[in-house]
Amino acid sequence: MKQAGMTLIVKNTAKLVGGFIAVFGVYVALTGHLGPGGGFAGGVILAAAAVLIVLAFGREFASRVITERICHVSDSCGAMLFAAIALLGYLAGTFFVNFAPLGRLGHLASAGTIPISNLAILVKVGAGLAGAFLALSAFRPAKPNQEV
Amino acid sequence: MGVEILVLTLIVFTLIAALLAVEARDLLSSVISLGAAGFALSVIDLLVGAPDLAITQVVVEVIALVLLIRVVVTRRDTSTSAPRDALRTGAVLLACGVFLAAVLFAVGGFSKTGTMPPFGEPVLSGKAAVEPGVSADYLANAATDTAKGTGAANAVTAVLLDYRAYDTLGEATVIFVSIIGAYAILRRVGRTRGGELGKGPTGHA
Repeated sequence: MKQAGMTLIVKNTAKLVGGFIAVFGVYVALTGHLGPGGGFAGGVILAAAAVLIVLAFGREFASRVITERICHVSDSCGAMLFAAIALLGYLAGTFFVNFAPLGRLGHLASAGTIPISNLAILVKVGAGLAGAFLALSAFRPAKPNQEV
Repeated sequence: MGVEILVLTLIVFTLIAALLAVEARDLLSSVISLGAAGFALSVIDLLVGAPDLAITQVVVEVIALVLLIRVVVTRRDTSTSAPRDALRTGAVLLACGVFLAAVLFAVGGFSKTGTMPPFGEPVLSGKAAVEPGVSADYLANAATDTAKGTGAANAVTAVLLDYRAYDTLGEATVIFVSIIGAYAILRRVGRTRGGELGKGPTGHA
């Protein structure tokens, strides 16, 4: 049986750093209202972790963890959450009004709906880019003598 | 002054890398030149004090480089493009750019009633327009937790997700639709009229 993915060195390195990359993506998105960063950058970092897993372990292993269905569903859920935040602004007046309490400046739970919007964009962009990469790699019919 | 010289050097580097990306015969070298241009651009963002933009730029650049290299290596494109005159292309592009800039400044820059604001005075800053602009308001109020502020310590995020959240919704919609389009183009397994999974029009899967 042929070994899927890359060599043992790459696999072990990916095992070590993959989780840290994903956590860093979530951190960048969740502290987007306190420092540089935001949902888009965090989502792309999260997708980078998924790309690392797919490239290092091969698409057969990765398709057991990150399926296309999960990507589609979370992509749509993120978009729906962002649109829902926009529509919930009607509770306080008009479209996209920051209806949640502002909190104290510089704290994690501050700025009203901005952290929730960042979370929605994180899920949307991360799942969307990971899904696009899976579509590029996994939907292609496998050639017998090809190293991914 | 030192930072400006560094930024100008990086701009020249970016231009050279972009021209190389257009003119390279090999597709892989073209992709690598594109990545070099993008990374230089992110360093410029960092030097002029835009860390939000720099983070996004460098991360997107890494993902795009990985994707493009993977596609290029997989495709093994052996087609050769016709030889082109790089010098002539550059001269034509430069002439077009100078002409466009001259027209823009001639129309708006030198006349107070023109549609274009004078150079260095964007409309939102309030210097050019009759009524005071909003960007001064944004900068003064964004990073406060008063009634006019947003409570976010990062003013860029405050503008992106509170004051101008409608723009961000449009951006998110663009990404959503483009990824749906990518799925629709890239999938090989089509659905037949009855609804069950079947062979796609290309005959794979």
